[in-house]
Amino acid sequence: MIYHFTWPPFIVFCLFVGAVLAISFHFGNKAKSAKGYYAAHGQIHWFVNGIAFAGDYLSAASFLGICGMIAFYGYDGFLYSIGYLAGWIVALFVIAEPLKRLGKFTFADALDKKFNSPGIKLAAAISTLIVSIFYLIPQMVGAGALVKPLLGFPEYVGVVLVGVVVVFIVVTAGMVSTTYVQFIKGSLLVIFCLLLTVMILNRGLTTRAAAGAHEFRTVPLAEVLAAPGAQALAPDGEWSGRTGEAFPPYVRVKNADGSVTTWRKPSRDATSVVETQTLAKINGVSFVNGLPHGTGKGERDLFPVGQVSKLPDGQTSTGPLGPLQYLSTLQNSEVILWPSEDVKSADGTKTTVYYPKPTTGSAIMVPGGSPTFAGVSPKYKKPDATLKKIDFLSLMLALFCGTASLPHILIRYYTVKDQAAARKSTVVGIAAIGFFYVLTLFLGLGAMTSGAIDLTNNAMSAPLLARTFGPMLFAVISAIAFTTVLGTVSGLILAASGAVAHDLMTNFFRLAMSDHDKVRAGKIVAVIVGVIAIVLGIAFKEMNPTFLVGWAFNVAASANLPALVMLLFWKRTTKQGITAAITVGLISSLAWLLLSGPAYTSVYHLDPKNALAPFSQPGIVTIPLGFLVLVVVSLMTRPQEPAENRAFEVIPSAA
Amino acid sequence: MKSDNTPGAGAGNEGVGLPRNARLGLGLFLLYLLIYAGFVALNAFAADTMGKSVAAFGGVNLAILYGMGLIIAAFALACVYMALCTDAPEAGGEEGGR
Repeated sequence: MIYHFTWPPFIVFCLFVGAVLAISFHFGNKAKSAKGYYAAHGQIHWFVNGIAFAGDYLSAASFLGICGMIAFYGYDGFLYSIGYLAGWIVALFVIAEPLKRLGKFTFADALDKKFNSPGIKLAAAISTLIVSIFYLIPQMVGAGALVKPLLGFPEYVGVVLVGVVVVFIVVTAGMVSTTYVQFIKGSLLVIFCLLLTVMILNRGLTTRAAAGAHEFRTVPLAEVLAAPGAQALAPDGEWSGRTGEAFPPYVRVKNADGSVTTWRKPSRDATSVVETQTLAKINGVSFVNGLPHGTGKGERDLFPVGQVSKLPDGQTSTGPLGPLQYLSTLQNSEVILWPSEDVKSADGTKTTVYYPKPTTGSAIMVPGGSPTFAGVSPKYKKPDATLKKIDFLSLMLALFCGTASLPHILIRYYTVKDQAAARKSTVVGIAAIGFFYVLTLFLGLGAMTSGAIDLTNNAMSAPLLARTFGPMLFAVISAIAFTTVLGTVSGLILAASGAVAHDLMTNFFRLAMSDHDKVRAGKIVAVIVGVIAIVLGIAFKEMNPTFLVGWAFNVAASANLPALVMLLFWKRTTKQGITAAITVGLISSLAWLLLSGPAYTSVYHLDPKNALAPFSQPGIVTIPLGFLVLVVVSLMTRPQEPAENRAFEVIPSAA
Repeated sequence: MKSDNTPGAGAGNEGVGLPRNARLGLGLFLLYLLIYAGFVALNAFAADTMGKSVAAFGGVNLAILYGMGLIIAAFALACVYMALCTDAPEAGGEEGGR
C-alpha cells in the first residue's frame, strides 16, 4: 500500500523522541563512573526495573511481528507470545539470583567470577557481541519499515534516525537513561495496547464492510469474459498450470481501462470465479493488477482487506463483547483470509496473487495456519512433516531457553541493589510482559477483522488497526512502536559496549584504565556499535524481523545457556568446559542457521531445497550439544585435587 | 530457616550459595517445564485436540485456554516463588568487584 505523509503522526512522533532525549539530558551528569554507566549505580527501584525489563524485552518484533502474524494466520502468532513469555521462567527461577550475586557489569563477570580465566572472558564477550548484533539487525529493519508509512521517508532515514537517537541516549547517561527510556516505553506500550483492546472489544465483530471498502466480486466466468472491452490473456508459463496442481486456477482478463484482473476458480468445475489482487515487479517497478503501483490516475494500489464474512446465528453485528466471548464468537464465525501464491510467466516475471479464502474461525484458532508452522497441522501430509514438527519443537525450545541468555536482559540484573530486588523486578516484568502478550491475541484478531490489513506488510497490522479508530490513535501507536525500537536498541548497544569495553579491553587485554577512561571507552564503543547497526539495518532491509529475532534466540540459547546453568548447578564445571561450550554453541548454531533453508532463500537467493541443514531452527540440536561439550571437556580437564572438589559436589541439603 | 543460607565467606562464592532458594526455584522451574512441554507436544502432535472447545469457558477452544493458562501460570508461580524465598543478607562483597 502507498502511505502519505500526515502531520499528526509526525508531531506525536517528535514529542515522543523529544521527551526521550530530554530524559537522557536530565540524567546525563549522573553517569560519570563505570558503575553508573554500566549498572546505573545499582540504584534502580525494583518496580522501575521490572517495567524496564518489559521495555527492554518487548521489541518491535514482539509488538509488530506477533500482531502481524496473528492478523494474517491466526493462532500461530500467539505461539511466539507464549514461547517468549515462558523463557522468563528460566530467567527467574534459575538464573536471576546467582547472576546477581556473582556479577558486576556483564554476564561474563558472573561466568568468570570463580575462574578468572581469559578464555571465558573472550568467549563470553564475543558471544555477547554476536548475539547483540544479531538482535540489533531486526530492530533496525523494523525501524525502517515503520518510518516509511509513518513519516513518508525512505527506510534508510528511519534506520539512521534510530541509530543517532539511540547512540545519543546511551552516550549521555548509559544505563540510567536507558532504564528510564525503557520504563516509559514499557508503560506506554502496555497502557495503549490495553486501550486498543478495550476499543476492539467494544466494537465487537461485524460482517458489514467499512465505508468505502472495495467489494471483491464472485461472478460467473462467462460474465467476466463477456464484459465490454474485456480480453482474456493467453495462459503462459505457470499460468497454464504448475506441477502438482489439479487444474490451473487463474484466468487473467485485460479490462477496458488497461488493468488486468486475475480471477480464481475455487474448484475445477466451478462456473463462478472470485476476484483477486496481484502484485508484480518488472525491472524494479511495481505493478498492481497490471497497472503501475500508485494512487494517481492510471495507477493502482492494493486494497486493504480483512473482513468477517459470517457470524454465528446469521447476525450481522455483535455489539460490544467480553474477552472470552470475543474469542468464542470468532471461533464460530467465518473470516476471509488472504493467502498469496507466486506465479511465473513464460518471460520469468513473478506475479504474487493474493486471493480471498473464507476460513472458519475454528480453523483460525488452532496451530498450523501459517507457512512457518504448517507442519504441525494434521492436514499437512507432505513427506517432510516430521522434520517440520521437529523444527517447531526446536523453535519452542530456543524461545524457552533464549530469554535467560540474552545479554541485554541479563545486564539489567545489575541495576538493582540486591537479589531480593532482582527477584521482585523479574516478577513485575513477567506480569507486564505476560499481560501484554495476552493483549497481542486481541490486537492481532482485531486487525484480522478490521478491514485495514496491508497485504504486502504484515508488520503494519497493529498501527493500521489503530487507524480504524482514528488518526490520532494511529499516530500514538506508531510513535510508541518507534520508541519500542529505541528502548530495545539502547539496551543492546549498552550490552555490546560492556562486552567490548569492560570484558575485552579491561579484563581480557588488561588495559590500564581509570574509571573515567572506562566510561569513555564504553561510550566510544557504543558509537561504533551504533554505526555498525545502522549499516547492517540498511543492508538487511529485505529480511523479516521476526525471523531474525528467532535466529538471535537460537544463538543466545546455544552459546550462553549451557555455561550459565552448568556453572550454577554442576560443581565439576571447569573453565575449559565453559569456554568450549560457549565456543561450540556459538559456532554450531551460527553455522546451522547460515546453512538453513531460510538463509538460502533470503540471504543467498538460492533454492532452499539444497540447504545443508535438515530444518531451520538449530536449538534442539545445538543447545544439548553445548551441554554435552561442557560436560565432556570439564571431565577431561578435571583439576588435580579431587578431594577438595568433591566437597562441593553434594548440593548442601537443608540444615 | 536462618542457618542454611550463609555460605561461608561472603565474596566469590560457589554456585549453590542459597540452597533453599535455588532448590525452590528448580522445583518450580521443573513444574513449569512440564506444563510448557505438554503444551508444545499437544501443538506438535495433536493439533486437533487443541481445537476442541471447552464449554466451561464459553466454548473457547483448548489452544487459547492452555496458552492463556501458561501465561497466568508463569505469573502465579513467580508470585509463589517470591513469597517463599528467604532473603539473603546482602553479601556486601559485590561492590568492590575485583
